[in-house]
Amino acid sequence: MNNNEDKTLEEMTRDEKTHDERTLGETLRSQGISRRSFLKFCAATASMMAMSPAMIPKIARALEQARRPSVIWLSFQECTGCTESLTRSHAATIENLIFNTISLDYHHTLQAASGTAAEAAREAAMKENFGKYLLIVDGSIPLDNPGYSTIAGISNVDMLMETAAGAAAIIAVGTCASYGGIPHANPNPTGAVSVTDIIKDKPIINVPGCPPIPVVITGVLTQFLTFGSLPELDDIGRPMAFYGKSIHDRCYRRPFYDKGLFAETFDDEGAKKGWCLYKLGCKGPTTYNACATTKWNNGTSFPIESGHPCLGCSEPDFWDGGGFYKSISMPTENITKTVIYTAAGAAAAGVAIGAINRSRKNKAVASHSKTGIDDLSK
Amino acid sequence: MSESGVNERVVVDPITRIEGHLRIEAQMNGNKIESAYSSGTMVRGIEIILKGRDPRDAWAFAQRICGVCTLVHGLASIRAVENALDYKIPKNADLIRNLMNGAQYIHDHVMHFYHLHALDWVDVVSALSADPKATSDLAQSISDYPKSSPGYFADMKAKLKGFVDSGQLGIFAKAYWGHPAYKLPPEANLMAVSHYLEALAWQRDVARLHTIFGGKNPHPNFVVGGVPCAIDLNSDSALNSKKLSQVQDIINQMKTFVDQVYVPDTLAIASFYKDWGSRGEGLGNFLTYGDFPSNGMDDVAGYMIPPGAILNRDLSTIHDVDMNAAEEIQEYVAHSWYDYENGKSAGLHPYKGETRLNYTGPKPPYQHLDVDQSYSWLKSPRWKGNAMEVGPLSRVLMLYASGHDQTKELVGMTLNKLDIPVTALFSTLGRTAARTLETKIFADAMQGWYDDLIANIKAGDSRTFNEVLWEPASWPKQAQGVGFMEAPRGSLAHWIVIENETIKNYQAVVPSTWNAGPRDDKGQPGAYEAALADNHELHDPQQPVEILRTIHSFDPCIACAVHLTDPDGNELIKVKVR
Repeated sequence: MNNNEDKTLEEMTRDEKTHDERTLGETLRSQGISRRSFLKFCAATASMMAMSPAMIPKIARALEQARRPSVIWLSFQECTGCTESLTRSHAATIENLIFNTISLDYHHTLQAASGTAAEAAREAAMKENFGKYLLIVDGSIPLDNPGYSTIAGISNVDMLMETAAGAAAIIAVGTCASYGGIPHANPNPTGAVSVTDIIKDKPIINVPGCPPIPVVITGVLTQFLTFGSLPELDDIGRPMAFYGKSIHDRCYRRPFYDKGLFAETFDDEGAKKGWCLYKLGCKGPTTYNACATTKWNNGTSFPIESGHPCLGCSEPDFWDGGGFYKSISMPTENITKTVIYTAAGAAAAGVAIGAINRSRKNKAVASHSKTGIDDLSK
Repeated sequence: MSESGVNERVVVDPITRIEGHLRIEAQMNGNKIESAYSSGTMVRGIEIILKGRDPRDAWAFAQRICGVCTLVHGLASIRAVENALDYKIPKNADLIRNLMNGAQYIHDHVMHFYHLHALDWVDVVSALSADPKATSDLAQSISDYPKSSPGYFADMKAKLKGFVDSGQLGIFAKAYWGHPAYKLPPEANLMAVSHYLEALAWQRDVARLHTIFGGKNPHPNFVVGGVPCAIDLNSDSALNSKKLSQVQDIINQMKTFVDQVYVPDTLAIASFYKDWGSRGEGLGNFLTYGDFPSNGMDDVAGYMIPPGAILNRDLSTIHDVDMNAAEEIQEYVAHSWYDYENGKSAGLHPYKGETRLNYTGPKPPYQHLDVDQSYSWLKSPRWKGNAMEVGPLSRVLMLYASGHDQTKELVGMTLNKLDIPVTALFSTLGRTAARTLETKIFADAMQGWYDDLIANIKAGDSRTFNEVLWEPASWPKQAQGVGFMEAPRGSLAHWIVIENETIKNYQAVVPSTWNAGPRDDKGQPGAYEAALADNHELHDPQQPVEILRTIHSFDPCIACAVHLTDPDGNELIKVKVR
């Protein structure tokens, strides 16, 4: 790759040794970001992740000491909705993230370089940061034919294996990368699988959702980069901080459910008064995500608040859940899949997951029998 | 890649700063592109997945065709079901859908300009040598945007310098900085880079319009028969005066940024690249399906964007387009990785369409595609046998040709300011300018839809949903219909066949399939391919920024563009997916 112009740019940068020593804190200050606003950012991060204020200095210290960690983002069978969601994050903001916190060294939608130069950027980041970079993947990977999805003439599975080899850890962003998502939906025409179906020897964090909530993507990233360790994960690889409670348990419409008050259509009296959407097919009771607490787009709203039942988009195989407007029934094969994902998730994360958690219990119940309103309060 | 060989094949894969997986191969004759080949390299199969499902669920699947054009496939899908069932929706629902689609245009076009297209024209490194005071003078000479002081630009320059000094260039690494094709002075570069960052923050705020009506963005929610958000001014949970005020604020924010930043920046940057007004024309044929109803989808005369076809640049004649006529819209697979039952040379209307995957390309990893054979996961749509361009330029030309006053005024102002002839519209520059101009048109139209919504509520109409055909038991045993719309990237339509309350067939013909598709059986190139063959010299084949400029002027969305269907081939399912 001949890249004379890039050399010009390199000449303008500090020599390797100096910028290696330069920390994030120094960089931020050199860019006119005050200590005060930096700590404010750390406080926002801590509060979003429900940490105690005592953690703020620790987050600040961790961030300040770091050279911006290299992040490589691979996009396979995806719709770019996960990247779009990333750009909607208001804390950390996308601009803060990619210019101050991480070094986003390969990302199809945002990077300036194309073609050979883009691939050179990926290869350089892999080489310079081998064993240390964070790999983010969105989209599923088709196994039926390598020609179903290629980048630079390379099949997705080859590119994933090659790039995962030097990664410190992998974050599977979105339901497609986490569990196969829509390409995996029945009858899975391309043989699409998830990251954990292929990579078995790296820590993997699943951040599902179609797409995931913007601040959940950046929150998981920041947590990982701050503490350098995996967050506590549930049985299917999701961080408990964001996926530990069901939508139903945290829903502001829950009191209407408890009173038996349900919207029957989208603009009847119940719909207008904010009654429970269970009868319109809401999947909140079997869906584990932070929508009801974090909400979307800087706390503006979330699907239920805007009158639509939860689709269940952070759960494996939610596309095959029997209909978005039909009251809850999970696919009968769900229990098997849960076990598979559990095993893969635990092995990959190197974390022993303890007792079956409530999420799995609910799924077990749901997959054996259609859940009725009465069952939900059990 | 060979070293500047006389007849080398320049390959750009991945094309970045787009949605999806696109590969361009350009056959060179000396330093000039002789012919170009556009290939979509990823397929998923969403139309196969849709088969047998509840038509009311289809929008959610179809919407995942694309997360950038988030919502457009959802809207096309519910319109297809409503068209099939003759399902009428309340006026408020049409207005809210217009507001959501209009917001999508404004959000999407601004992001495209700053985050996907600008770096083809703006040299980030050059911005480091800008004088903040001179930058401020420049900014204040073209706009009233308040963030334009010397201090503001000094701060932006310091941030940028700190970033470059860190030695970790992230998303700016390995790009073609310093390439002689970059013509902007340092001050214009600094202004544009500053607005790149401003636009990142702005888009996050204005995306909230979708969240208010649809609960989230990306991928807001829709519902067949109306919209999911109920209206009740006396409820703390429905669309009330607080939420409506938020919508008004967002519309103001949109309009301000478009008027004070996007439009003046486009004109300022374009003034340094007038030579791109005579390059990258492509087909000279333009198509729209029409959209933004004022009186329901059945009243075509009430659409803000009229439907029609323009052939060979002839703006004096707008041809009628019939979405249901078998001989009008057809898709070809002569150079696509699909088979047809009666051979690869046939063209099929979507109602008769088949899609059977048949990957015959080289085994990965590969260096080159065999462009004499099949070379893309995209099909080749044609209108009456003609390859057509869709998108902002088509819409602006259609509005211009049909006498839309604001469009004529904006186009006249642009040509005047840039001092370029009307023929410059048919070019890479014209395409990019048209996107900006239509954004201005939509930013103004948003207020009208909002005012209509308020007036309607004030008049006592709070209906947002029609429950009469909600239950599938109320449907005919068989029904079929087409849902069409103008998406930001161009004309989009979904065709649905419903039988026994479930989806029998589902197909879509998508904007980027029209534009990015490969050659057809007659060897006619698609719009990207034709545009790249129009007057493109590469200064350095190793740094083909010229290819990026023209491809990005179309705003590719390859997730949308790829077809996939029933491997058995005995059903008519097909859709664009990626």
